[in-house]
Amino acid sequence: MSDIQTAARDIHEEFTDHLDIDLEDVSARLERLVSEYKVPLSEARRSVENHYLDEAGLERDDLASGSEEEVSIADVNQPEQWISLTAQVVDLWNPRSDAVGQVGLLGDETGTIKFTAWAKSDLETLEEGSVYRLENVVTDEYQGRYSVKLNKTTEITEVEDEIEVGDDDSTMDGALVDIQSGSGLIKRCPVEGCTRVLQNGRCSEHGDVEGEFDLRIKGVLDDGKSVQEVIFDHEMTEALTGIDIETAKEMAQDALDTTVVADEMEETVLGRYYRVTGPVMGRYLLANEVEELTEPVDPDDVLIQARSM
Amino acid sequence: MADNTTPTREPARRVFATELNDATFTFKESEDDRAPVYVLLPTGEQANRVFVVGTLTETEDVGRDQEYWQGRVVDPTGTAFVYAGQYQPEAAGALRELETPTYVAVVGKPRTYETDDGTVNVSIRPESITVVDESARSRWVTEAAERTLDRLGALDSEGNEYGVRAQEEYDVDPSVYQSAVVEALESLDELDAEAEPAEDLSSGP
Repeated sequence: MSDIQTAARDIHEEFTDHLDIDLEDVSARLERLVSEYKVPLSEARRSVENHYLDEAGLERDDLASGSEEEVSIADVNQPEQWISLTAQVVDLWNPRSDAVGQVGLLGDETGTIKFTAWAKSDLETLEEGSVYRLENVVTDEYQGRYSVKLNKTTEITEVEDEIEVGDDDSTMDGALVDIQSGSGLIKRCPVEGCTRVLQNGRCSEHGDVEGEFDLRIKGVLDDGKSVQEVIFDHEMTEALTGIDIETAKEMAQDALDTTVVADEMEETVLGRYYRVTGPVMGRYLLANEVEELTEPVDPDDVLIQARSM
Repeated sequence: MADNTTPTREPARRVFATELNDATFTFKESEDDRAPVYVLLPTGEQANRVFVVGTLTETEDVGRDQEYWQGRVVDPTGTAFVYAGQYQPEAAGALRELETPTYVAVVGKPRTYETDDGTVNVSIRPESITVVDESARSRWVTEAAERTLDRLGALDSEGNEYGVRAQEEYDVDPSVYQSAVVEALESLDELDAEAEPAEDLSSGP
């Protein structure tokens, strides 16, 4: 068997699960590059593989073969795995790029996960609230947060099941040790769907705009063993600091400076202990609940441990 | 829960004053000028940030030409010194304005300086100083006790390079920190016992 044929068989093998791929077509493509265009075989192979990757709507990493199995969302803990899920479409978001056909949140009993369907994969449109079995989706990871990508080979079957979507909220107790810049009284871009925080009156996407006021805290919760960045939205910031947006605007007007709001908030919350609950998105815990920990703690257990060491 | 895929901020260590004041050995993990400076805690952990809660008992402007504020923050084991100058305007402002005594929470960087007679002193360069209530102070004492015990428990663990280093650099018998933990926790118990009958009178500002 010639080298070209061996390479062609390898490629055929790699893609046969993902594409209706014809061995002769593979050979012909290799042959043409190698014989006609004098491309070295290794480079020709790469190029042909890329062609099929493109056709299948896959990334090169996706080829790492693995048995594709039905998993629960909470069990997704590795990138680049081929899996199947049965999940409800919890939320659909507006795609920010033309390359994305649909993007949103899937949920099952164990939690939720972001999904992306590429436009070029040309898949059936998912409906919010419906439950689907999704075969052949690929896991991905960004900053510790997992997602799944639907691709050309993904099989979508609507199922009649009802799913009680579980929450995957985290709870952390700790001291609030830092409030980061971009906290307090901020202005957001008013362009529909943008909401970016303005820097000196400018949106990084839309330039100079008349911003809309909002309250937010980006803080750091620290229990002495680990740190967690936390975002408190408008409502949570108000609950945390007791400062509402009208008060914040008055404070800023009196001082002719919006930073007085964050300063005041720091004095109110830094160094205090809180229990914060909410989903973790990337590096941030998005607070849904916050409670200051003021109950006395019982030191006796620690004392017994200290005496027995 | 910490996200270990992004360069992580390290937790602020909970250290009693008695241990912090002994932590005179400093080091960097890289040659870079901007690399963080660590103090080596005698219980065997590196610290580039600490969190302490205690009673601010005295403040004093010790600067010559410019304001340079010293604060004494007392916990059940000793006194930690906090210094804030023009580069820590908020913390310096707090030290200037706060009435003592009051409970404060301090987040800051541990720093060492050598005096003329060669003694190395440890202090905290604060990132923030905020007023807190007694519940935060009690919670901190218990938490600092737990973290100190954690460190003592891991001091001789295999692979704990800071544990090895601490025992090389310091002559102190680590059991003094265990005694400090016991004393600190006992002082909380006593406070509780005293506080209960006097509850109605304890509503201060």
